Amino acid sequence: MKQSIVLTKVNDLVGSFSSGSVAGKVKLGSFKFDVKSIFRKFVIPLLSILLFIGLWQLGSKALFNMEADYKIEKALADQGAEAAEAMKACIASGDISCQPNTLPSPSQVWQSLQTLIADHKVISADKDAFAEKTAALNAKREAEGKAPITYTGRPSFVDQIFTSLKTVFAGFLLALIIAVPIGIIIGLSPVLRSSFNWLIQIFKPVSPVVWLLLVFMIVKTMTKDSNSDSAFIISFISVGLCAMWATLVNTAMGVATVDKDYINVAKVLKLKPLQKVFKVILPSSLPLIFTGLRITLSVAWMVLIAIELLAQSPGLGSFVWEEFQNGAIDSNSKIIVAMFVIGIIGFLLDRLMLTIQNMVSFNKSEAI
Amino acid sequence: MAYLELNNVYKTYGQGSSATEVLSDINLSIEEGEFVAIVGFTGSGKTTLVNLINGLLQPTSGEVLFKGEPVKGTSHDRGVIFQNYSLLPWLTVGQNVYMAVKEAFPKEKKSELMKRVKEFVGMVSLSPAINKRPKELSGGMRQRVAVARALAMNPEMIIMDEPLGALDALTRGNLQDEILNIWSKDKRTALLITNDVDEGIYMADRIIPLRPGPRATLGPEFKIDIDRPRDKTELNDNVNYKKTRNAIIEYLMDIGNERKAEVQTQYELPEISPKSFVA
Repeated sequence: MKQSIVLTKVNDLVGSFSSGSVAGKVKLGSFKFDVKSIFRKFVIPLLSILLFIGLWQLGSKALFNMEADYKIEKALADQGAEAAEAMKACIASGDISCQPNTLPSPSQVWQSLQTLIADHKVISADKDAFAEKTAALNAKREAEGKAPITYTGRPSFVDQIFTSLKTVFAGFLLALIIAVPIGIIIGLSPVLRSSFNWLIQIFKPVSPVVWLLLVFMIVKTMTKDSNSDSAFIISFISVGLCAMWATLVNTAMGVATVDKDYINVAKVLKLKPLQKVFKVILPSSLPLIFTGLRITLSVAWMVLIAIELLAQSPGLGSFVWEEFQNGAIDSNSKIIVAMFVIGIIGFLLDRLMLTIQNMVSFNKSEAI
Repeated sequence: MAYLELNNVYKTYGQGSSATEVLSDINLSIEEGEFVAIVGFTGSGKTTLVNLINGLLQPTSGEVLFKGEPVKGTSHDRGVIFQNYSLLPWLTVGQNVYMAVKEAFPKEKKSELMKRVKEFVGMVSLSPAINKRPKELSGGMRQRVAVARALAMNPEMIIMDEPLGALDALTRGNLQDEILNIWSKDKRTALLITNDVDEGIYMADRIIPLRPGPRATLGPEFKIDIDRPRDKTELNDNVNYKKTRNAIIEYLMDIGNERKAEVQTQYELPEISPKSFVA
């Protein structure tokens, strides 16, 4: 700080002789500002990420040691000193058969990520080969009016991400289609609001699991004799029903609390009821509607994992569950990879909604 | 028959024991082409009175007659300029005015309506800002948009509810002149609600003080016999102006003192002396 003051002073002195150095001073000033903002925006977050990874590393190390000690002690108690020595040597050698199963370290997770990507490459190569092999046959089948043969192999991690995204968007659209119109209608009429309030208050806190079971009961019966993908239908409907409440409540509130001045303007201009809704009430409640939609999307994404896990519909949730059941040596680190992927995608979805919100509504929301 | 008439108008908010009578026994008549100002303290029920006249509120008892017909709701014949501009923030200046024009002239073609919008936005000298949103404008500019919006509907009467209350003194003066200019062109009937006596005297033909609420009622009227166009600087030397101004202010001050006297009550103070916890 002190240094920079001296620098500007020197520049001032030079500046009195030549105008050229004025530009230099401005440059210096703006450069200093940039350093500050770069520090705040990149260096500090980077440091906190490093700190997080460091703590994680230490924690996983401590847990690893605890688990290893326990294994050695158990071998000592059950089978004697010789077995304990053998166990110790086995753990130290890194042999897969005796590795302690606990929180994976950051490097293990990083390795698993690479395994998953490699796996995806293998599977997509497989798919391409399959498509090539069946191309001629499928063309023939199509000509005969039969359904083409599709690839039914194991989906890769990346495929499962896209399946999850598909489900979440279907659920989000369902929530949007149900919640926004109902929210507007409820918001407009105090009578409807008080008559539907109990319903909203009771169903809002219901757990995703229960929604899933409810949807399951209904969809199972309704799709009895069709061979559509009922797991997908069940999971997206459950996601939509779980997540729509935030939008419903926010829309109703936004519509009900439109600034009285705007309503007065609508009255003085003698707008017709529909015009009043579309030209005054909706635009002014758009910020709140979008806040609701943002919450809905993030809730949908959060709930999706639990629902996929239970509904056995393919996606990140079932990936996590299968890995947990699998119990392979790298299962835990794959679960952590999935955790980060879920988190990052959730963050990106929220940013996407924020961008759309700022594009369509008149007052800008800050990113939090 | 007067152009606008209020006969024994009462307005009460709430019901039963929680009812507050805001306006009480309001009698007012305004002739066509007249410029009347109602001056009152803040919180005396001025906005309620305006809303009764423009049709946003209905009187509890009594009648509000506009051209002999009772006022049942809002009408395009009575343009309103609200206290807090009430522009729609998601529309631009032009769109705000266009919305009003479209409602007032539903049969006109779009090009005609646009012409009208441009004309009125130009009249309040905001043509360069026609595509800006209210947020990007200063308070004075926003109020000018509100003026343009009200006048573009071509109302027979303009009702202004403290239109310049939120503005600084300089902008205020400019806008007063602008409003007077526009008014003097076709001499529409105008009702101005204000808390500024000088503004009332400068702009109006008649000033009626509103005694403060609850149970606000109108006081005796003061005629302003000063030729138009009036000049602000000359006004200060006008004997008539000084006399009227003093009379109005004296009247309002008296009401204020009356109110204070009513409120003054003796409070019994409890006998408290400091107590030491140490000894």
